[in-house]
Amino acid sequence: MSDVAALEQPIAPLPEEGIGSGAVAGRSPWELAARRLLRNRVAMAALGLFVLIVLVSLAAPLYAEHIAHTDPFVPNLNGTTEVDGKQVPIMQQGGGALKLGVTPIGPTWHSNFFLGADNQGRDVMARVLYGGRSSLLIGIGSALICGLVAVIVGLLAGFFGGLTDTVLSRTLDVIWAFPVYLLAISIATVLITQGLSVGPFSISASSLWLPTLIIAVVYVPYVARPVRGSVLSVREKEFIDAAIAQGASNTRLMLSEILPNVISVVIVLLPLMIATTILTESALSFLTIGVQPPQASWGTVISDGQQLLYTRPWVAIAPGIMIVLTVLSLNVLGDGIRDALDPRAKRRIGRKAKA
Amino acid sequence: MLAFIVRRLIGTVAVVFAITLLVFLIFFHTPGVDPARQLAGRNPNPDTIKLIRHQYGLDRPLPVQYVILMKKLFISRDLTSYSNQGLKVVPAIAAAAPVTLSLVFGAAVIWVIVAIAMGLAAAVLRGTVWDPILMVLALIGISMPVFWLGEMANLIIQSRYHDSFLFSWIPPLGYTPLTSDPWMWFKQLLVPWLVLSVLYIGLYARVLRNSLLETESEDYVRTARAKGISERRVLLRHMLRTSMITFVSLFGLDLGVLIGGGALLAEVVFGLPGVGLLTYKSLTSLDLPVIMATVVYGAIFIVIASALVDVAYAYLDPRVRLA
Repeated sequence: MSDVAALEQPIAPLPEEGIGSGAVAGRSPWELAARRLLRNRVAMAALGLFVLIVLVSLAAPLYAEHIAHTDPFVPNLNGTTEVDGKQVPIMQQGGGALKLGVTPIGPTWHSNFFLGADNQGRDVMARVLYGGRSSLLIGIGSALICGLVAVIVGLLAGFFGGLTDTVLSRTLDVIWAFPVYLLAISIATVLITQGLSVGPFSISASSLWLPTLIIAVVYVPYVARPVRGSVLSVREKEFIDAAIAQGASNTRLMLSEILPNVISVVIVLLPLMIATTILTESALSFLTIGVQPPQASWGTVISDGQQLLYTRPWVAIAPGIMIVLTVLSLNVLGDGIRDALDPRAKRRIGRKAKA
Repeated sequence: MLAFIVRRLIGTVAVVFAITLLVFLIFFHTPGVDPARQLAGRNPNPDTIKLIRHQYGLDRPLPVQYVILMKKLFISRDLTSYSNQGLKVVPAIAAAAPVTLSLVFGAAVIWVIVAIAMGLAAAVLRGTVWDPILMVLALIGISMPVFWLGEMANLIIQSRYHDSFLFSWIPPLGYTPLTSDPWMWFKQLLVPWLVLSVLYIGLYARVLRNSLLETESEDYVRTARAKGISERRVLLRHMLRTSMITFVSLFGLDLGVLIGGGALLAEVVFGLPGVGLLTYKSLTSLDLPVIMATVVYGAIFIVIASALVDVAYAYLDPRVRLA
């Protein structure tokens, strides 16, 4: 945000790299946008943070095997671990305020049980890292699927108009009128016990595909509507008439004339979509209808930590911090991409930009 | 205006019908899922399943099934819970509704006041360091899962620092009806209100700031300044008023969504026995009748709320009416 000034500077002459010597190369809008984005330091820092979180999560098996030396999916109620040279049981008798029952070991701040253990004696740090894999996979996967479906629906509805448009748009309207969480909860509760099977395809109830698909479906209208809107306006442009006059087929019109002109709508929305889908996944998992055990996600770890909140708060704190950092970085990146693709949005202030 | 209301009414009825149909299809006709087994709870015996199949008319044609379900939901209202025999679902929802309303309206008051203050401050202080600071705070608010924020609030207020002078006056988690003890009602809801409002403060402050900056260069603002109207009056009377249009329409929708089920996560974390907590308890036992009823009632409430927002909007802004 503080780099708005930098964004508004005229595009500097190209540096040497990237273009052929001598010849003046044309710069596509994409190139210009990429340059603006690269110059936005805040957005680049956010991108760096996001990539870091992805890498750390991908390294979860390495962490579990080489640093924590534990399998974070196996209950470990009778195990011991070494703290300051002494063997300590993982589940300790009489912890907590009431000195009753067992309490898992707290953060050791060492390689084993860095953040302590959860109710089943599993290493929380390793589970948070593994949870990141599921959360990011579901978040990114469902945003991509949602974007793809939305582009197809938006293109068909906007391009063909008429009956196709009516059917598709009304369907979108109904899903849109249905509040996201209620719709996701309904679909998830129905599928969570028996999984989904349509014809030859079947998805088991514990598969990560289930929450991914549910979240993707729920958000389709939020992307498809703006796509359809810009298809409608692009369709009226003269270059489309020109393409029709050249005898271009419908497929060609849609894919090579219209699509490149509306894809920026989806690209701007994508990081924000991933942020939203990650939040939705964590909420569903927290409500026990998202990622199913034995899999872990940030939401399920927070849910595990709820019972331990007052005695072992790190179980719930750590995955929450990961969610906040991830979503924050995606939101900042999303703002940056929007500014980069549409630099006039800021300068348009001043003219009445009425659609 | 009347024509607009009639048009909107027809649209609303159509959407309500479509939503009930969608719920019906999701719960009863998802491929590969046997609804009778689902409705019978976690470990059903075959007799229960057979009974349910008959009760819901699952052995009869689709339209009949749909009508039977709607009758159970809206007319006879005798849908009963399976995990808690004898719990009539619809009266249970009606009993829980005041809790949800208390939670949502209180939070709404806070978020409107704080978001307007933050948005105005950020727009006025543009160019200083405060604008980015406020907007980063807003962004952090948007990025926090509400249930996690609630847990952190509980951790600090109910456990770690509960005995400090700051928080010792806050009662344990729970809900006291407004009618029986207003002061207790307020004390128990204050933290949930604040936690629930954080996300919306962030969203609305950002929207308001951007919209204020856009109005800044409208002709009428220039004219107002040229007339010599004080800067404060230009800001509050000319700019803020226009910017409130977007703000108000967003507000109506979000309020509807929260009352219709969006406050679920906050209710779960703070143990407030509203409609959301009812849904959550049925989620853990997969008590389908309850989930289905809360979803249908919530969704219908939201659709009606958004229709009302549209009508109010058309009343305020004639351009919408004629479109």
